[in-house]
Amino acid sequence: MAFDKNSNSFTFIFATVMVVVVGTLLAVTFLALKPAYDENIRREKMQNILASIKVKVDRDAAPAKYDELVKETFLVDANGAPAEGDAFSLDVLKQYKDWKAGVGKAEDMMYPVYKANTDGKELFVLPMVGTGLWGPVWGYVSVEKDGRTIYGSTFDHKGETPGLGAEIATPVFIDQFPGKTITEEDGSYTGIKVYKGGSGTTDPHGVDGISGGTITSDGVNEMLMRTLAVYDKYLKSVVAPPAPPVTEAVPTDSLATDSTSTSLVNP
Amino acid sequence: MSTATAAPAAKPAEGLFSKKNRKLITDPLNDNNPITVQVLGICSALAITVKVQNAVVMSLSVLAVVVVGNMVISALRNLIPGRIRIIAQLVIAAGLVTLVDIVLKAYVYDVSKQVGVYVGLIITNCILMGRYEAFAMGNKVWPSALDGLGNSLGYAWILVAVATVREITGNGSWMGIRLIPESVYAANGGGYFNNNMMILPPMALVLVGIIIWIQRSRNTKLIEQ
Repeated sequence: MAFDKNSNSFTFIFATVMVVVVGTLLAVTFLALKPAYDENIRREKMQNILASIKVKVDRDAAPAKYDELVKETFLVDANGAPAEGDAFSLDVLKQYKDWKAGVGKAEDMMYPVYKANTDGKELFVLPMVGTGLWGPVWGYVSVEKDGRTIYGSTFDHKGETPGLGAEIATPVFIDQFPGKTITEEDGSYTGIKVYKGGSGTTDPHGVDGISGGTITSDGVNEMLMRTLAVYDKYLKSVVAPPAPPVTEAVPTDSLATDSTSTSLVNP
Repeated sequence: MSTATAAPAAKPAEGLFSKKNRKLITDPLNDNNPITVQVLGICSALAITVKVQNAVVMSLSVLAVVVVGNMVISALRNLIPGRIRIIAQLVIAAGLVTLVDIVLKAYVYDVSKQVGVYVGLIITNCILMGRYEAFAMGNKVWPSALDGLGNSLGYAWILVAVATVREITGNGSWMGIRLIPESVYAANGGGYFNNNMMILPPMALVLVGIIIWIQRSRNTKLIEQ
């Protein structure tokens, strides 16, 4: 080689060229593949929304099925009143993180609602975000037309412990939700309580948490309580006032056991 | 191969799979295994081996990064200034890892969700820097590629072996295929529980230790005096 590869000037030139080449390569690849990545995210969201109304589809089939079943999307504000905005593109996780970090105010937060029809039912799909042990947890809960009975749900997480907290994303946890109610018959809000794992609860407003996944379960509990309280205000405003209780709601005898099972509540 | 241009050696041309080149691949599988003998890349071996699928994807990612990185660095080895050679290696490693990450996100999104964090950590995987600095900086492109291939395969088989044990005992499945039927589980009336301890990272270290033990007891070359 004719030049001195250890001279200062060559070192500078080499470093500059190397950084520019690598940087350009990465930027070009990223821009080329970004549409595919964004599409994956979008389809995953549709898949989650569909999963909460018990429609399981492949990611590739998600957009078509979503368009078929989800009729209406809109936002409600922190008081449960409908608001302007694009519900699907609202990043609820970012909004939640901002609120946690003290950037956003609770009363400014927006809550997307998806109205879907399946199985001959009109359903409200309600997204929610909370904090687990290692990072965010999130989920979608679908509520029936009566505004209080849960039809289905789906939960997911960023990095909960496999075998423990991560179990919230499995049927073991999710299958407990259908049929539970978020209000008493008289309309007073109860939310959905997550009991300490293994309690075998019969509470119509509660589910059994994950044994050994206490912090994750507590996080899901907080998420359900906080978010459903807001959606409850909205649901009350669109559902006819609870005059005669809906027939397929929880039988009254299980309400009697309610007082005993509340003693198991995990503080 | 294009390496013929820079061949000062007077030796007769070597075959692509000469004995020496074959050794580059076979050595890291046993005698010079990156994990059990060089003890590099342990962190990812602990973190990624809960599921076999994750271990396979991680291994393929490392394979791509080590092989391509080794070839690039080997091709540039007469150009890279000595004083910034580690920086240059790191930039190439980081660039390739980021590329792999982007590609995984776009094409195998589900897998990327599970191993995404660890793919970024390939940059800090000592196998990369170890091979770049120790081999690629001083060897031609083809042997460097073989060396990268050998080392990443050596890394891969340990990962898959550890992940196999952990997934079967910890989750009752292999590659997501259920091996232990649902019906024997305690939840369904049987008496079987998954071993949750196997899912936690420390058990991977114990398993790697057991592999090292077996390997050393069988391979006399590795026994220290």
